[in-house]
Amino acid sequence: MTAVLPRRARAAGAALVAASAAVVVTACSTGTTDGGTTLTVYAAASLTEAFEQIAADFETEHPDVDVRLGVAGSSTLAAQIQQGAPADVFASADTSTMDELVADGLVSTPQDIAANALEIVVPPGNPAGVSALADLAEPGLRLVVCAPEVPCGAATTAVVGHAGLTLHPVSEEQSVTDVLGKVTAGEADAGLVYVTDVARAGDQVEGVMFRESAAAVNTYPIATITGTPRPALADEFVDAVLSDDGRAVLADLGFAAP
Amino acid sequence: MTAPATTRAARRRATRDPAEVAAGLPRWAFLPAAVGGLFVVLPLIALGTRVDLTGYWGLVTSESARAALVLSLRTAAVSTLLCLGLGVPMAIVLARGRFRGRNLLRAFVLVPLVLPPVVGGVALLATFGRRGLLGESMEVAGLQVAFSTTAVVIAQTFVALPFLVISLEGSLRSAGTRYDVVAASLGAGPTTVLRRVTLPLVRPGLLSGTVLAFARALGEFGATITFAGSLQGVTRTLPLEIYLQRETDPDAAVALSLLLVAIAVVVIAGTHHRATP
Repeated sequence: MTAVLPRRARAAGAALVAASAAVVVTACSTGTTDGGTTLTVYAAASLTEAFEQIAADFETEHPDVDVRLGVAGSSTLAAQIQQGAPADVFASADTSTMDELVADGLVSTPQDIAANALEIVVPPGNPAGVSALADLAEPGLRLVVCAPEVPCGAATTAVVGHAGLTLHPVSEEQSVTDVLGKVTAGEADAGLVYVTDVARAGDQVEGVMFRESAAAVNTYPIATITGTPRPALADEFVDAVLSDDGRAVLADLGFAAP
Repeated sequence: MTAPATTRAARRRATRDPAEVAAGLPRWAFLPAAVGGLFVVLPLIALGTRVDLTGYWGLVTSESARAALVLSLRTAAVSTLLCLGLGVPMAIVLARGRFRGRNLLRAFVLVPLVLPPVVGGVALLATFGRRGLLGESMEVAGLQVAFSTTAVVIAQTFVALPFLVISLEGSLRSAGTRYDVVAASLGAGPTTVLRRVTLPLVRPGLLSGTVLAFARALGEFGATITFAGSLQGVTRTLPLEIYLQRETDPDAAVALSLLLVAIAVVVIAGTHHRATP
């Protein structure tokens, strides 16, 4: 490398390194709790709000327990668990991801906690006048969907195929959050996301229900990780999610019962 | 690195003398250098061990992989040209210009380096998007940037430009202005001085800056997925394809990653070879 940085930039680089080192140190020190137990829960990104509430309630009932949430796409989390990530509980957005971990013997028997279906999402005011699934096939409509490789895209393919339609999206996104982002930014005229995503986005978007969505309903399973050093506590957290209070939190956020 | 031809020959002679080499190379430097080298190379080797060689050719020549590769090379090449067209004048202005606020300007030019690429993508949406600063007037003019290959090029240029500017500016400063002044005193105009004296002197810096910009454009991910979207053959570049394949077919993702690494190594090694004859 023959790039020469001006002295000022080099000084800035040193400052950056020092700053990031400081961040790492603080991040590490916050990982320890004062003699209490830390329970690590991995949850699909769409469960974020629900699990934040359930975890807060759980911490209130167990004052010495600190629940740490790891949220990301289900397949990302599953891959991390396969690589030995220190999770105690895992909640997935689809059964196939969980089944992989069951086959590997990495989790206990899963239990279903919620279900989610697709809904059409449009910018406020619905400028393109979308009122049914068939409208998404209109030429000129800037439609954004999930890529078929990810769970929400698989659901999209199933629903659209069931309805006998062919869509021509301008983009096939990596995750349901990316689809939602393109609609809230006003770049897309319409998108296909989950009912809970529409609920989560509030008045930044409008939702359009369609009856064909029944053709693909995602089920969310939860399970404890095999070999967790805190099996009893992990079971308690799963019970908290399955309890009436837990189900009420999920229902408030738009999830259907499994 | 910017030494004129006469001293370059002298330096080559000097490298044969062990005493001269040791003058600027303390022995202790080898250990951290080796650790650093391993730190970079080991993950690549580990990646290599994950590749299933029997199916490799099939994985990297699939329709989606080919489309992503072609799109990546096309967009990264165009972005690099744009970086050269905009970045060379920027570096010259920053290195040679005498005006107030130059340091502040330089700091702003470097912002894309520290900005997380996803934030860069959001910023580009706020500028060129449908509801963006320029987006509405562009829409009126019939230009739609979002979800197009143009958006990919804009995203890549945005993140790659500082790499070219910073390395060229550094070279220009260390080259100094002595030769420029001599050439000018002999009657050469500013453009001639730039073309015949300044730029040839900083050729290694220009080349390495260009390579850095190309490599950064080729690996661009966050700004592209936020600003341009992801559609095969239109906006789904190789890094986006890799990330998507990882969801269902980790083997394909690894195979494609190695392809990306191989391209980067070939380009960098090829250019470096030409920069240091």
